[in-house]
Amino acid sequence: MSHSVELDGIGMRFGTTRAVSDVSFTVGAGEFFSILGPSGCGKTTILRMIAGFLEPTEGRVLIGGRDMRGLGPNQRPTAMIFQSLALFPLMPVWENIAFGLEARGMGRAERRKRADDLLRLIALEGYGDRMPGELSGGQRQRVAIARALAVEPGVLLLDEPLSALDLKLRQHMRAELRALQKRTGVTFIYITHDQSEALAMSDRVAVMSAGLLQQVATPRQLYDNPATPFVARFVGETNAIAGRVSAVGDGMARVDTALGPLHGRAQGAVAIGQNATLYVRPEALVPGVGANTLRARVSRMDFEGAFALVHGQFPDGAALTAAVPSTRLADAPAPGTDASFSFAPDHAVVLADA
Amino acid sequence: MRDLYARFGGGLATIFLTLVLVWLAAMVLAPNLMMIDYALRPNLPPLQQGEPQDVRSLDNFLYLANEGVHRAIFLKTIWASALVAALTLVVCYPIAFWMAQRATPAQLSIALMLVIIPFFINEVLRTLAWFILLAYRGPLNAVLQGIGLIDAPIRWQGNGGVLAGMVYAYILFMLLPIYNAIESLDKSQLEAARDLGAGTVRTHRRVVIPHAKAGIATGCVFTFMLAAGSYVAPALLGSPGSRWFTEIIYNWFFEGGDWNRGAAYALTLLVLCLAVVLVTLRVFRVNLTDVAK
Repeated sequence: MSHSVELDGIGMRFGTTRAVSDVSFTVGAGEFFSILGPSGCGKTTILRMIAGFLEPTEGRVLIGGRDMRGLGPNQRPTAMIFQSLALFPLMPVWENIAFGLEARGMGRAERRKRADDLLRLIALEGYGDRMPGELSGGQRQRVAIARALAVEPGVLLLDEPLSALDLKLRQHMRAELRALQKRTGVTFIYITHDQSEALAMSDRVAVMSAGLLQQVATPRQLYDNPATPFVARFVGETNAIAGRVSAVGDGMARVDTALGPLHGRAQGAVAIGQNATLYVRPEALVPGVGANTLRARVSRMDFEGAFALVHGQFPDGAALTAAVPSTRLADAPAPGTDASFSFAPDHAVVLADA
Repeated sequence: MRDLYARFGGGLATIFLTLVLVWLAAMVLAPNLMMIDYALRPNLPPLQQGEPQDVRSLDNFLYLANEGVHRAIFLKTIWASALVAALTLVVCYPIAFWMAQRATPAQLSIALMLVIIPFFINEVLRTLAWFILLAYRGPLNAVLQGIGLIDAPIRWQGNGGVLAGMVYAYILFMLLPIYNAIESLDKSQLEAARDLGAGTVRTHRRVVIPHAKAGIATGCVFTFMLAAGSYVAPALLGSPGSRWFTEIIYNWFFEGGDWNRGAAYALTLLVLCLAVVLVTLRVFRVNLTDVAK
């Protein structure tokens, strides 16, 4: 059975430093929810408060509607997957998986059977008697997941469990985690500093910075409609062009910048005369002249396979990055030349500077 | 060996090796071989040594086997030493765990200081301190009587005193290996166990103790050997009823004047201690090399 998780104004102070301030959001039962942020933003602290390793200094944690204050990690319907995985190296795989059942007093034969069932679920049938040290990184990863699922938690908490894997395996495990979450229906709360991981897997993502919640939204909304300058810069690549708002209307805003007036969608409160920044994604920039045109000196081109990243410099020295699909490489300007790029106003976002 | 030569060069490495070999031969091997020789010969006046009656036999060992009082003291020394090791373990394990996993750096340095500083003082003096504490009209009895726990003073000296003195004397040899072992345990292992629903006992039994096994075995081996070979604590804190086997060996050498019988007694103690240690390591599946670490 999966549970919802509600954070109601939680905060955490360590001595005089505030790790987390006034964070509230609700994770629905059965949702794949990610908390995204750079290291030190407080995301692990939040996870540890949900798990019960830390008691929030302010606010409440509710799981399945029940206030968790005073309940230890062994009394909450959560299971955690640690960054280091924390498999018990001196127990065979099946005892690792069945450890939570052992703690619940289940008999040995039944434990073994349940462990074997879970090994089948993670496609590691027959590995029960091996030691964790004999498994590969991806296999250990799956054992850690099985160990957490064995206790049938209402909420699974994952603390950057993929960070130790190499790229290919990480991508594979993303898909596998997602599939496992759909199959089991358990609520997943996933911590990561890797935005592509968060975007690819999650139903919704919470972005954190410096202990403050920045935005909670679907990956698509986060990418297209960032609510704060931090989200605009942190999630995905972006070109930020600073200026002053000179016109607002119909959900659009005009920003007068050093590169001339540029148009974009107004996000949040944007008023005439305000300092604001226009954010436009590299893939929104098209070589050539159009509604919003940027001129820059192209300095180099990095071919990345599916697309090429064109790096340039504006006259004022700021950097520009445009992504040109490999199929359109013929249009890409050559390094060393002055080139124009344009973008549709719909593809740019204007946010008031903080 | 090759590493040694590679690191220090031919000359220095050869000197190191020679020193180690000389040490082993002159300080360890030779005395022990001489002791074996002594143990096998009868105790004869100097003039008769080398005469026909000076033949090697197991008489000295058989004497111990047939002498009921000595045999009983011998066996008691072995199991009492095991008891000392077990008690020291019980005292040290929680402290070591706390120091290794729970204490803040400031608490840790204070705790380390508290356990190490007493060891700056000579073992005899430390044992004398216990002698004073446990005296019939000493502070312990005075305090217990003062708070009304006992009506008349208790005679602590004897088995209880020896046990207390030894546990105290060898705390460091138990504490540090266990501390070292538990210190290397990843904190997330404890959190994972707790998160999966395990209580304190299960977490220790299934996670901490298996991890710290080599450290625990090392501590027990050290403590057992030191206790079995201890002389000061039983001599100062014991009573005639709590004699230790080392005291009997001492008596043969320095009061009985029978070095041969003393050597046989000492050798028996050495062999049996080694046997106990090796069997213990075997039972707990710990290698000698783990202990050496």
